[in-house]
Amino acid sequence: MLIEILLALCLLGALVVFVLPDDYAPVGALVASLFPLVTSFLMWFGFDGSGNAFLDGGTLAYETMVQWISVGPYAINWHVGVDGISMPLVVLTTVLTTLAILTAWTPIDERRSQFYGLVLFLETGLLGVFVALDFFAWLVFWEIVLIPMYMLIGVWGGPRRKYAAIKFFVYTNVATLVMFLGFAALVFGLGDAVTSLDMPAIAQAIRAGELGSLGGVGPDTLKLIAFVAMFAGFAVKVPIVPVHTWLPDAHVEAPTPASVLLAGVLLKMGTYALLRFNFTMLPDVAADLAPYIAILAVVSVIYGAMLALAQQDLKRIVAYSSISSMGFVILGLVAYTEFGLGGATFQMLSHGLISGLLFACVGVIYNTTHTRMVGDMAGLADRMPVTTGMFIAGCFAYMGLPFMAGFMGEYFIFQGSFAAEFAGSMVFTAIAMFGIVIVAGYLLYAMQRTLFGEFRLDTDYTIGRAAFHDVVPLAVLVVCIIGLGTAPDVFFGMIQDAVGPLLGGGA
Amino acid sequence: MAPLTALAPTLLLALTALALFVIDSIDPHSKNRTLFSGTATVGSLAALVAAGALLVTGTGTNGGVQFYGGQLVVDGMSLFFTIIFTSVATLVTVASYDYLAGETEQADYYTLVMLAATGMTLLASAGSLAVAFVSLELVSLPTYALVAFLKDNRGSVEAGLKYFLIGALSSAIFAYGISLVYAATGSLLFSDVAAAAAETELTGVLGIGVLMVLAGFAFKTASVPFHFWAPEAYEGAPAPISAFLSSASKAAGFVVAFRVFTVAFGLDITSSVDWVLAFQILAVVTMTLGNFAAATQDNVKRMLAYSSIGQAGYVLIGLAALGGGNNPSVLGMSMVHLFVYGFMNTGAFLFVALVEHWGSVGRTFEDYNGLGREAPIACVAMTVFMFSLAGIPLGGGFLSKYLLFYEAVGAGFWWLAAVGVVNSVLSLYYYSRVVKAMWLNDPASDLSLNSYPIGLYTAVVAAGLVTVLLIPAFGLVTDPAIDAAAALFS
Repeated sequence: MLIEILLALCLLGALVVFVLPDDYAPVGALVASLFPLVTSFLMWFGFDGSGNAFLDGGTLAYETMVQWISVGPYAINWHVGVDGISMPLVVLTTVLTTLAILTAWTPIDERRSQFYGLVLFLETGLLGVFVALDFFAWLVFWEIVLIPMYMLIGVWGGPRRKYAAIKFFVYTNVATLVMFLGFAALVFGLGDAVTSLDMPAIAQAIRAGELGSLGGVGPDTLKLIAFVAMFAGFAVKVPIVPVHTWLPDAHVEAPTPASVLLAGVLLKMGTYALLRFNFTMLPDVAADLAPYIAILAVVSVIYGAMLALAQQDLKRIVAYSSISSMGFVILGLVAYTEFGLGGATFQMLSHGLISGLLFACVGVIYNTTHTRMVGDMAGLADRMPVTTGMFIAGCFAYMGLPFMAGFMGEYFIFQGSFAAEFAGSMVFTAIAMFGIVIVAGYLLYAMQRTLFGEFRLDTDYTIGRAAFHDVVPLAVLVVCIIGLGTAPDVFFGMIQDAVGPLLGGGA
Repeated sequence: MAPLTALAPTLLLALTALALFVIDSIDPHSKNRTLFSGTATVGSLAALVAAGALLVTGTGTNGGVQFYGGQLVVDGMSLFFTIIFTSVATLVTVASYDYLAGETEQADYYTLVMLAATGMTLLASAGSLAVAFVSLELVSLPTYALVAFLKDNRGSVEAGLKYFLIGALSSAIFAYGISLVYAATGSLLFSDVAAAAAETELTGVLGIGVLMVLAGFAFKTASVPFHFWAPEAYEGAPAPISAFLSSASKAAGFVVAFRVFTVAFGLDITSSVDWVLAFQILAVVTMTLGNFAAATQDNVKRMLAYSSIGQAGYVLIGLAALGGGNNPSVLGMSMVHLFVYGFMNTGAFLFVALVEHWGSVGRTFEDYNGLGREAPIACVAMTVFMFSLAGIPLGGGFLSKYLLFYEAVGAGFWWLAAVGVVNSVLSLYYYSRVVKAMWLNDPASDLSLNSYPIGLYTAVVAAGLVTVLLIPAFGLVTDPAIDAAAALFS
């Protein structure tokens, strides 16, 4: 029941905040977001799931399964639950939503109640994606996420907001369709072997080798087609080069809170889905295609980092670096070793926190200076010491400084990736590791030019200290990042427990 | 003679029409909006409740209740559609409260709406071609008058005239088709036609008859190539009537088509008269043409009119995908799509009515700019309708459409589903234009809304709520629909 309560609280909060008068909306939204936050923490502390939800022997926590719709041969159930992979992402979503709402207090000054209502509605969709286990319910949540994000970018974004919002919407919606076709091919290929759209049931049936041929296409080809279609669909969401072009546009135009959620949680939907669909349901195809996927991952890492290096806009730098970091996640997934899969999941979490922190920092800097151009400012450290400190902490975490979450994620991934069995895994890993050097390069370069040196600002705004409520989310995120870096086991244990069964083969 | 309680929804609607008539004769010049709108709303709500109660208590099971030797049948299918008609009628009567402010002859308007609704419920229960024809006319004649209701508006009168002329022509074609079917089979009763059609030697006559009957239905459901009247009529008519026509009247055309083609003609005769193929062509052409035409409109009401033609194409899949071994579920999902469509499409047209009521705003997409700031709640409802119609899961339209495609693929008609999916993607373009205009674009500097009409607001928000709530409650709709569809094939 806790999951339903969690979703209901978000949705109810969204409705209430939507009709609140604008003046009360910021506080109202903060309070409304605390209910799901507390619920998710209750779920985390009482978490008693074990194994992988999609495989035999996995025990879900807070599972509900009731009949919803039955059409022809397929039953569609309301099936939700969390396992060690989804639990951390649920917590990440609720934490980041609350913090994102705080980051909105200063910059959002028009149509506030609508803004916060949409943020909470977005949270509902995001949580739904991570807890739904029936394909249909999952697809509903997956698609619902698009609408509030489209609105958040399109209404409250920067000068080119409409272009960015529509590009985001078109890219991700078409991607969903491609993915849908791939998944449908699998379901129809299974024929009578499945009687529902239950994702675990489908995963188990496919792993047990019950996939038949469909329309004259043999099971092996069918698997390949489905894998490629689903991969292409999810790759847009991650995003992987070359389908990443919507991301910088969306990020640059999006208001700070939307950027925080976009980088922090929305991108994880893509890697989460890749893990759940491609790598859980079709591990043999994943193994066959491993070198090619690894190439895409390495290209994303290096190319994303190079692009970041070339940017002048602080927000663009952070945006492109997300492409780089998500490339590491793909590398971890494709390694298909205990540390690779676990590290990838851990990296989703840590990247969520770190990129959330960096976007929030850029937001605070922009609120005070009204510019994001690296060349327009220098020596901010003297005038905004706290924000600067947080920004430096975020950059260090991104570079993979030990005792911070980013280090643990990348460490796990590289350890797993070195041990991977596909051809050339060592080389790919080595090249990808070089990406960290570039990351360190552009982040240090950006910090050097904006934060240090003689104070200079090419705008008319005077610089004051950031408001207390602006700094709180930064501080909380830094604490989370250091906490996760020093004690990764608060989540890594349950993650490993959930990804371990994937390697066992069989159903 | 079976108990008349089974006909309660039809009788309630007819009695409401008569009551309105009586009220009007007592005080012919009354402009008492509350009285008229209230009476009509209570009447259609009562019919809705009655239909729901009959469906829940199982009146429709086991072949249903038959009257006059099978001329009228009240079964799961007719009750299911009666719920659609009465829901739409309720929304329309509530919304008309504001729309008709200041109009004379309001009683006539509501009487005609109630009579048309009566005709629709009869159409859903028709057990013979004669009843089908008579009730089709009972639906058509009041709607001709309703389309032309705005007497001082050239567009409205012209639309009414066009609608009437094409309607009369298609009625003639339909009647002639019936006579040919009668010539070939010697009966008008669906079950007898089915038995005789399988053995008749006059397959040529039967074939032409079937195609003419099909053309009659294609007109009523605004399917290509008999759709020309629809955009004109929907644009010219008062917006609540556009909603009524494009949702309820269209559903009425479909229910009788479902029944005639599955019960009277049946799949047995497709070896000689391949009407399934005809529906396949009709479905593909209708959805494609409707969508392309909708994408090129600048006027929101016309866009909705063409898009409703496109939506009819999806529903036609229910008949076009028959014979694939998946019949009850495909047809059932078509019915479910019509059900959801009843709410989201009515809601969308009622939102247009709301915008027309504000008056200062015109009809093009630009006129919707920035409405989200002035009327956020109605605009949220409209957003729900648009996304739901496009197949994004903000409302039940997503589920019904995707399940319909799913079933079509399951029946082996993957190409029908593929055309449907491509059309859905295309439709997102023009539906999202409305959303973009309402929320993303800046309003014209002089945009200010002077009033928030309670009836229209209630209707729009209610339709929006139902559209959203249909997502979790979807199972409640699919089960009766599939049961009802299965009964047709037994």
